[in-house]
Amino acid sequence: MRSYLPHYELRAPKDMTQILGLLAEGEWRPFAGGTDLMVLFESGKLARGKYVSLWGLKELSGIEVTPDAVTLGALTTYTDVLAHRVLQSEFPLLCRAAAETGGLATQNRGTLGGNIANASPAADSPPALLIYDAQLELISVRGTRQVPYDRFHTGYKRMDLRPDEIIRSLTLPRGRGPWRQTYRKVGTRRAQAISKVCFAAAADMDGAIVRDIRIALGSVAPVVTRCVRAEDAVRGRRVDAKALETARRALAEDIAPIDDLRSTAEYRLRVAGNLLLQFLSEHTS
Amino acid sequence: MSDPSIEIRCRVNGEDVELSGHPMTRLLDALRRQLHLTGTKEGCGEGECGACSVMLDGRLVNSCLVPLVHAEGAAIMTIEGVADGERLHAVQQAFIEYGAAQCGICTPGMVLAAVDLLQRSPHPTEADIRAGLSGNLCRCTGYMRIFEAVVAACVAAPGRPGSSDTGARQ
Amino acid sequence: MFIGQPIPRREARAKVTGHARYLDDLSMPGMLHGVTVRSPVSRGILRDIQYSPDIPWDEFTVVTAADIPGRNVVALIEDDQPCLADGRVNHAEEPILLLAHRDPSWLEEARRGISFEIDPLPPVYSIEDALSGREIVWGADNIFKTYLVTRGDVDAAFEEPDAIVIEGDYETGAQEQLYIEPNAMLALARGDDGITVWGSMQCPYYVHKALMTLFDLPGEKIRIVQMETGGGFGGKEEYPSIIAGHAALLSWKSGRPVKLVYDRAEDMAATTKRHPSQTHHRTAVSRDGRLLAVDIDFVIDGGAYATLSPVVLSRGTIHAAGPYFCPNVRVQGRAVATSVPPHGAFRGFGAPQSLFALERHMDRVAAAVGLAPDELRRRNFIETGQTSAVGQVMHDPIDMAALLDRALELAGYREKRARFDAANRASAVKRGIGLAAFMHGAGFTGSGEDHLASIVTVEATRDGRVRVLTSSTEIGQGTNTVFAQIAADALDVGIDQIEVVQPDTSVVPNSGPTVASRTCMVVGRLVESAALTLLATLKGAALQATDFAGACREYTDRFGPLRGSAQYQAPPGLRWDDERYQGDAYGTYGWAVYVAEVSVDTLTCEIRVDDFVAVQEVGRVINPVLAKGQIEGGVAQGIGWALFEQVAWREGRMANAQMTNYIIPTSMDLPPIRVVFEERPYAYGPGGAKGIGELPMDGPAPAIANAVAHATGADVARIPIIPESLMQLLERAVV
Repeated sequence: MRSYLPHYELRAPKDMTQILGLLAEGEWRPFAGGTDLMVLFESGKLARGKYVSLWGLKELSGIEVTPDAVTLGALTTYTDVLAHRVLQSEFPLLCRAAAETGGLATQNRGTLGGNIANASPAADSPPALLIYDAQLELISVRGTRQVPYDRFHTGYKRMDLRPDEIIRSLTLPRGRGPWRQTYRKVGTRRAQAISKVCFAAAADMDGAIVRDIRIALGSVAPVVTRCVRAEDAVRGRRVDAKALETARRALAEDIAPIDDLRSTAEYRLRVAGNLLLQFLSEHTS
Repeated sequence: MSDPSIEIRCRVNGEDVELSGHPMTRLLDALRRQLHLTGTKEGCGEGECGACSVMLDGRLVNSCLVPLVHAEGAAIMTIEGVADGERLHAVQQAFIEYGAAQCGICTPGMVLAAVDLLQRSPHPTEADIRAGLSGNLCRCTGYMRIFEAVVAACVAAPGRPGSSDTGARQ
Repeated sequence: MFIGQPIPRREARAKVTGHARYLDDLSMPGMLHGVTVRSPVSRGILRDIQYSPDIPWDEFTVVTAADIPGRNVVALIEDDQPCLADGRVNHAEEPILLLAHRDPSWLEEARRGISFEIDPLPPVYSIEDALSGREIVWGADNIFKTYLVTRGDVDAAFEEPDAIVIEGDYETGAQEQLYIEPNAMLALARGDDGITVWGSMQCPYYVHKALMTLFDLPGEKIRIVQMETGGGFGGKEEYPSIIAGHAALLSWKSGRPVKLVYDRAEDMAATTKRHPSQTHHRTAVSRDGRLLAVDIDFVIDGGAYATLSPVVLSRGTIHAAGPYFCPNVRVQGRAVATSVPPHGAFRGFGAPQSLFALERHMDRVAAAVGLAPDELRRRNFIETGQTSAVGQVMHDPIDMAALLDRALELAGYREKRARFDAANRASAVKRGIGLAAFMHGAGFTGSGEDHLASIVTVEATRDGRVRVLTSSTEIGQGTNTVFAQIAADALDVGIDQIEVVQPDTSVVPNSGPTVASRTCMVVGRLVESAALTLLATLKGAALQATDFAGACREYTDRFGPLRGSAQYQAPPGLRWDDERYQGDAYGTYGWAVYVAEVSVDTLTCEIRVDDFVAVQEVGRVINPVLAKGQIEGGVAQGIGWALFEQVAWREGRMANAQMTNYIIPTSMDLPPIRVVFEERPYAYGPGGAKGIGELPMDGPAPAIANAVAHATGADVARIPIIPESLMQLLERAVV
């Protein structure tokens, strides 16, 4: 354990107002389940300073279902996601992502809000959230504001989140209808893996014609990315061999994979294209 | 910077205890050094190996990633709390009989993960077992003896946890 | 009769209840914690050590090379490795300075407060670079050791007109042992009383010898005690001498007990790993598939210091030609120096590397001659009475053909091979099945066991309790249980009467290290002999009592302490020539055939092992559950080495020194592993047993590589076969 404890402070007020007040002071940073921050802490890489724990706050917990939407508190854990019937039946990609995040012990403590705010381009849930047109609600002493999730991440580890704000909840609109959906995480191994390529897609098909489509990829760009060029390349079109090739080329414009400790740019590019083509080919029957 | 030591109260293996220290102290260290419950092990300090697994409010967690302040009011079960006095849990009994422990360092975490799995899913398939234990790394066994032990434990004591207070009800 | 029974491991209850005591579970009053401050660069002249002005250094115990009372050397083979770097560094992570303090958190801050001024020297990072001689980093030519094994006339055989010649280059990468318990020691140095060190280790007497040199103290002043050890696999064979020395130096200087426990990142980056290897094969084979000449150039990368490289090279060289008969063989083995943390012992110890190359090559030879992979093996297996590459007449009853048949049958090899060939054409998921045939010598090579001259003592107390005293350590493989079974059978007493004493050098004799697949076979045999000697003593004393306990009481009352000892004697007729590297390399071998079934998803090039069959002949299975566990665990490590485990080197440092980024298989990544034992008792093993600890490490990687090649047509030649590499190989094949 490489960190010097006195360089850190961690407070756990039980009251939301107190917490927002601390965040407004400017020196405090939010701490949720700890599955990201404690890892940094132990390796000596967590920024020194003051942390305020959000864990257990009921204002940030719980999953609420209305006819139009499902709203998940920022402290929703992956285990909470997996246990929820409406999420299982209507938002299966999010459940797939939750099941593939770390091991069970991580799923019990890792939170969606913490995961989003950690802003890793390799995070497992964000591609599913992009597919489902998630909306975030942010909160601070100044009130709340909504941000569409696909505009939240603005660059590598940069997001539309002011220093005094935390994520309060995510809302997933319901009623999309029977879209074909797929989620595939290609990781370093079958469990407890960081992804090399994380692919999520959903399509509204009319035979071989793509009425509408969402494609999102993780680990292939500085942020998790909605692949709008690839979507545009096939939206409204019939899926045939030519369309597939166009889609693959358009996808290459949407992403910017790199070489790193886990994989290579070349591999990521090829696999992303392969998974997209497989999805499109499978759903044209 | 000040040193804001805290004192928290929680329940460990059925007993009320007080733990103190820096709020970011790892629960792993608090258990091992303050309560001398050295059964919970450190294998990696990054939440990957599962050797530090404990039950916290009925959920399996990596205690190396839990800050002390999050243990306030919690019900915690460590490996020392799995057996009911001298009477071993079916999982522990099966681990002995089927050779599921070799060097033994992953064993406490693995036993807890198996106990947790059987509580959630009393008749797991082999695929369920593989998935349920995937957060506990073992370097010695190749997992085969562990799977056999978990299957045998289901048969021996279906759906019956060993310890009287697992925190599952809290 | 306990031999052959699945007696539960004796420490099992302690392990499943969390009561087993590993080093970090120990604490002492007044104890300090220690840390090691290491070089950030690979090679250079150490000009200065800088201490941050923000740390009150007088609170800390600080140790450098200047504090070493004896010789600044990690006593092993070459004595080239300093315990603490002095004036020069030769690899990144090389230990330079030690710190101790009561507060482990403050200690980390202090560690960050040390910096080094090092004038860099050019490093050497590859085998090619080492052999080129461009920069000399060790000795005169960067070569730790060379062996040359020759038999017959290889060059003439290549000239034979009908010979088909196949060449190939094969590579294996470094592998981290990744025992789940990191290295850990606790030392108490008490002025004239001497030094005691408790720790996680495989070889207490190696540590004992190393500390004698480091402190210039006689053996009686040094006491080493092995604690419950959370895995070793060779990674705690020689390395513990260094961490024990460091803990002892801090205790020596501070006057307090010092506990030194590595965190995972340090353990991965700084300690030994399996030697990377490069092997060139050149093989001449007749049209009907008989090996005419085998010419092998085997090179291993030893890192910055010699450590055990000469011995790893020895085993790798001797195993390089495998379980085959060929009248003309040449094996050149070399171990070279590079500027990375020294590589060291890891289960298999050179043999997995050379056998990977051989068994992958044999499949390519088979293809070149137009034979099925199993048929080529069948035509070349060595048989009882034939002579091996190093000139050993094989007296073992060998029937590799039977093992091959059994393995192929269990795996459904022929049927699957045909089925996969047909189905792969139209499938995005390609399936393949591959085999590997091999052997593994048990015990130390050649005259090694003679030099060790291991001793075991068995004592009986007055009330008939038996104490087995050896320096062999329980590290998960089952030593304690197996020794109890052997002693109980030899004495014809209940197994609960046997105590296997904790290895403590002040109590137990030197039975040699817990390595080289020797513990059950060599030391277990000595346990048997010592027990029989004790029994003979009892029987020869004309006692009234007819039961063991009664006889012990009577003997002890009349004659004093009752014990039996045994010292290693080589089996009769064993001859080894160290100079010419010829003769009886090992007393016996385990023989095996493994079969791996894989599927490859061509969209992602991910490889999955779907089924694994491991058939081996092991003399006698002392404990079926423990023996199965050894094979299953070894296969799992072999699968990791073949498919997942890759050290990412950046400027001589391991960049992926985290469990997140160094990938070992989880329960989801491993197949069902099916284990079958054949038994042909070995006359000089206890109950007929041979050593098996390392055997399972040799087969998985080549079997998997062959299966992947079968599935995809990719000419796999290196491991790990990660998806990125396979994708490139497949692209090359298409173009």
